[in-house]
Amino acid sequence: MSDRYTPQELMVAAAAREIADGDLVFVGMRLPILAYAVARSTHAPRARALYELGLLRDWPAEAFLGTMGDPPNVAGALWSTRLSNVMGLLAQGLADLGFLGGAEVDRFGNLNTSYIGDFRQPQVKLPGSGGGADIAILSRRWVTLLSHERRRLVDRVSYVTSPGYGDGSQGWRRRQGLPGGGPAAIVTTLAILRFPPGGGEAHLDSVHPGHSVEEVRAETGWDLQVTPGAGETPAPTREELEQIRKFDPEGFWTRPA
Amino acid sequence: METGKVMTMREAVASFVPDGSSVAMGCCLEPLVPFAAGHELIRQRRTALNLIGPISDSLFDQLIGAGCVARVTAAWVGNVSEGLGHNYRRAAESGQPNPLEIRDHSNFSIALALWAAAWGAPYLPTRTLLGSDILLSNPDLVAGDGLVRVGALKPDVTILHVQRADAAGRAHAWGPLGVAEEAALAAGRVILSCEELVDQEVILSDPNRVLVAETKVVAVVPEPGGGHPAPVQGYWRRDHAFMRDYATRSRTREGFLEWLQEWVLATPDRAAYLGRLDDTERLRIRQHRLSAPVDYGDE
Repeated sequence: MSDRYTPQELMVAAAAREIADGDLVFVGMRLPILAYAVARSTHAPRARALYELGLLRDWPAEAFLGTMGDPPNVAGALWSTRLSNVMGLLAQGLADLGFLGGAEVDRFGNLNTSYIGDFRQPQVKLPGSGGGADIAILSRRWVTLLSHERRRLVDRVSYVTSPGYGDGSQGWRRRQGLPGGGPAAIVTTLAILRFPPGGGEAHLDSVHPGHSVEEVRAETGWDLQVTPGAGETPAPTREELEQIRKFDPEGFWTRPA
Repeated sequence: METGKVMTMREAVASFVPDGSSVAMGCCLEPLVPFAAGHELIRQRRTALNLIGPISDSLFDQLIGAGCVARVTAAWVGNVSEGLGHNYRRAAESGQPNPLEIRDHSNFSIALALWAAAWGAPYLPTRTLLGSDILLSNPDLVAGDGLVRVGALKPDVTILHVQRADAAGRAHAWGPLGVAEEAALAAGRVILSCEELVDQEVILSDPNRVLVAETKVVAVVPEPGGGHPAPVQGYWRRDHAFMRDYATRSRTREGFLEWLQEWVLATPDRAAYLGRLDDTERLRIRQHRLSAPVDYGDE
């Protein structure tokens, strides 16, 4: 097996490390499905996964999943139910961690997956929230995964599908009545950005091997501040790569775009 | 076997889904998407539909591109494994083939909207969507006093694909159910398509598994493979390659129209559609995992 890895494989490994053992994880689509499988097979053997269409699992499905509703994800489930039951657990604050993707994220962690430009006359219509807004508002903490490009990491998103820390002011989420804790990190193809405790603006926390702080700042649409002591993101371990390639043998999700 | 509500998809759509209907589909999210029903709506040239659903995979995109849709009330419209819905983009961005009104939801809020209707309530309160601009792009969502009031959403008709049903309209569906129960309970009427039409003894041996009261169901359409390319637990895998081909060909309006001609307009029904697929055997599930029976003994 090659130790060379794609940016997406590093993102999966980094996302997997956000999962603590025993977490109830609200798993989204694409890379987070793999991240859960890696975490469960390595450092988090007691984690459990909720899938919004109505599933609870412990062991990840052995077969490749194109969607969370593929038959191998249902066979062997701990619970197969309706969406509102799973969302109800989320609304009670019982999901420790959620994952989100998006077309655009801003310095305060707000995500746009709906409209580029004015929503009444959009330049680009994106697919929409799905369960994304629910995870952002209701989960205890969440992590965003996206490709690091200047047009995607913007100063302010044009439409807030899934709120992070709003306008970035202290206590914004509490004042708006959002029950969940908000975004913890943004994992990109170049770096990991983190938010300070209590929320606010994302800072550069680590740069992926082979990339520089200057490159990351140049590809970010705001004046990205660097956390003192920011270092290099650990490369995926051999064990993590083995697990990623077991669950995505053809590289459907992890080959470079 | 009594024929009861059994009919063809052509008859069901002609009888129960007039132009301008609000139609809930794709209610289980990725599995059990009633593609065969959607294609019949296109063949019968339905117009001004209001499509309701959480995540429809590529079905809503196809109906929008075919010019059947005036409004979408949904959490997500695209292609789950491939991303963007190109017809959805063209309609929302440039009014092609016709302008489209969009009422945004999240998955949770559309479930609550359907439960409100299912329970005869005007709205249900929730804290989800606080702080989201979805509140700006859907007049059915009203925020105040730290809560969002999600207005009831009552589809004229809900169309579900299920594993098996009887002629009286009692459905057994299994696997994750998404918003199927509330969409069926909320609807004015329900159309079922099923992999297998079975005797009522089979269905009534397990009444806990019946999805919705038969009184809501107006049509039962035996339609094996009616969910393709969506998966059906115990019957069909998801056809990822077909989804990818659709995503590629629908990038342009011309490419979509060719796809539509090939797979919908020039294909009279689902049996002919399945005949056009290269190899349906690769998609059939062969390794069955039967659940243990339950005991309804009463004396």
